[in-house]
Amino acid sequence: MKLGRSLALAKKDWKRILREPAFLFMIILFPVMLTVAFGTSFGAVGGSQAASFNLGVVAQGGNSTSASQFYYDLQATGVLKLASYSDNQTAQSALSQGGLQAVVVLPADFDEAVQSFRAHPGEPIMWTNSTLSIYLDKGSAVTAQVIPTMVSQVLDEGIFGAKSTVQALPISISAPSQVRVKGSTVFQSFAPGLFAFASIYMIMMVAQSFTGDRENGLLRRILVTPTTNVDIVMGSVISYLAIGLFQALLIFACVYALGYVPVGGAPALSVGFVIITVFAMCNIGFGLITAAIAKSAGAATGISFIFLMPQLFLGTFVGSALSPSAQAAGRFLPAYYVTDALTSLWTRGAAVTSTAVLADLTVVSVSSIVILLVGVQVFKKFGKS
Amino acid sequence: MQRETSLATPAIAIEGLTKEFEDIKAVDSLTLSISEAEVFGLLGPNGSGKTTTINCITGILKPTSGTVRVRGLDIRTQGPEARQILGVSPQESAVYQYLTGKENVELFGRLYSVPKGALRQRADYVLEKVGLMEESGRRVGRYSGGMKRRVSIAMALVTDPKIVLLDEPTVGMDPQARRSVWDFILELRDKGKTIVLTTHYMEEADELCDEVGIIDHGRLIELGSPTDLREKYRARDLEDVFIRLTGRRIREGA
Repeated sequence: MKLGRSLALAKKDWKRILREPAFLFMIILFPVMLTVAFGTSFGAVGGSQAASFNLGVVAQGGNSTSASQFYYDLQATGVLKLASYSDNQTAQSALSQGGLQAVVVLPADFDEAVQSFRAHPGEPIMWTNSTLSIYLDKGSAVTAQVIPTMVSQVLDEGIFGAKSTVQALPISISAPSQVRVKGSTVFQSFAPGLFAFASIYMIMMVAQSFTGDRENGLLRRILVTPTTNVDIVMGSVISYLAIGLFQALLIFACVYALGYVPVGGAPALSVGFVIITVFAMCNIGFGLITAAIAKSAGAATGISFIFLMPQLFLGTFVGSALSPSAQAAGRFLPAYYVTDALTSLWTRGAAVTSTAVLADLTVVSVSSIVILLVGVQVFKKFGKS
Repeated sequence: MQRETSLATPAIAIEGLTKEFEDIKAVDSLTLSISEAEVFGLLGPNGSGKTTTINCITGILKPTSGTVRVRGLDIRTQGPEARQILGVSPQESAVYQYLTGKENVELFGRLYSVPKGALRQRADYVLEKVGLMEESGRRVGRYSGGMKRRVSIAMALVTDPKIVLLDEPTVGMDPQARRSVWDFILELRDKGKTIVLTTHYMEEADELCDEVGIIDHGRLIELGSPTDLREKYRARDLEDVFIRLTGRRIREGA
């Protein structure tokens, strides 16, 4: 392999992106438009920063001190319009009739659980354990995404204080969310998914690029030079890794401008960008497989959706609003782990060395390399002519 | 039919080359030796096996049987070394539409690892020779068909290769452009380069080629210099020889 050849081919790809409107759109305009569209639709742009949700609260133990504080903290978010219900049945009725988007049921021993924690903060054996229930409007993807997150956040920070982030709590949530949103807009909980969402379209670009070059006889022409298959693939990897990083930086600038401020500092940002960049290899692999199957650049566009759609719907932010089985299916897709890692790093504030982040990084890296190698072999065997 | 070979290593030596595509025998037991520093014309009707032969010489197609040697290097086992001394302009104008003429030429120079400084000079030289210097900064997508052919030829010649394969190099060119390409080909021959070209223009073969090989149905049916063939068949020109050997029936296929 000669790096000079691969770099020459990579530069050629970069020039194509800058000069061909369709590619320029996919790399630069599409992510910007996507981010602004989501920002506008989900609360980061225009009017109030805060979306509004009607939430019913049922305190089965009556208006205890802890229940009142919890109610007050929920109200203080500014996002939730609360309605108090004396019994769960009435609240459920309101939910089923569309008057509410969610119901939170504080168990009868809620106050006792909180007090036991406060009296013995380091002694779980002394706690009264309890479970808080959440009922959601199944038809609202946004509610499914946001309400459990906010309830969890208010419970953690308002009721149990900072200690809650480092130790177990006596109260668990029946429908726990994996996302803990710092801000108050839906957009902020969706933001990490935008990175994988935009990157996935690279599959289509790689496929179109290779099928186009094959149709025009350029691939054959390159192969009658001393350039090897490895040089060609390396050229694509260099080119699209750089494009992936550039695209991620562009989206980051957009989401930041729209109010999404990641937590975790420079290490979290760096690891996040590494994960997004590595994910580009996976998309190159899928692109090569698509190019091997497709007979023309036009067909490549259609066939690329075989790889695009599952990742878009099951592997990015959309997945969190899907059924449990669909979410389980998402775990077989690399995009899921990209979104999960970015959420952990930039939204939840997980450490870069945390098990969750390292596991995600490992899955993304291994799967991306494997898919790339499979793509190279499939294209080598079926795609060159 | 086999041409008498010199003692020196030929530029290209084809021995019993056969290439089959499923039930079609595109090239059938072709044996041919092309000497250094000559212009060799591979002539034949559509679908006769010219391009398949060129593709076997470059190694892009694997022969069903037989061998191809480029300056003694077996294209199948020593492909990268052999390709280093080959310059190829394929039948289709395989050029990057979004790059300028000069960028296309320089890209192919870099694929042959030509040093940057030398590459710029060489790119300017070949672009000048094919008459595209003034237009070399424009994107190829805006070129005419003939201009794209000329860029394609410049891409093949940027590395100053010892052997040049030109598959129908002047298709779509106007007479002036064709004449300047002819002059360049003869200049290359005079500098000791070996040029193998395929063409449907018999006057082009008459003008340029030291030797021509006429193939039909994948077989070599005649070989010799244009002058010798004209005399042998008592023909007015090479086209007359060609029609006598291959018939008047219009052929299909590439």
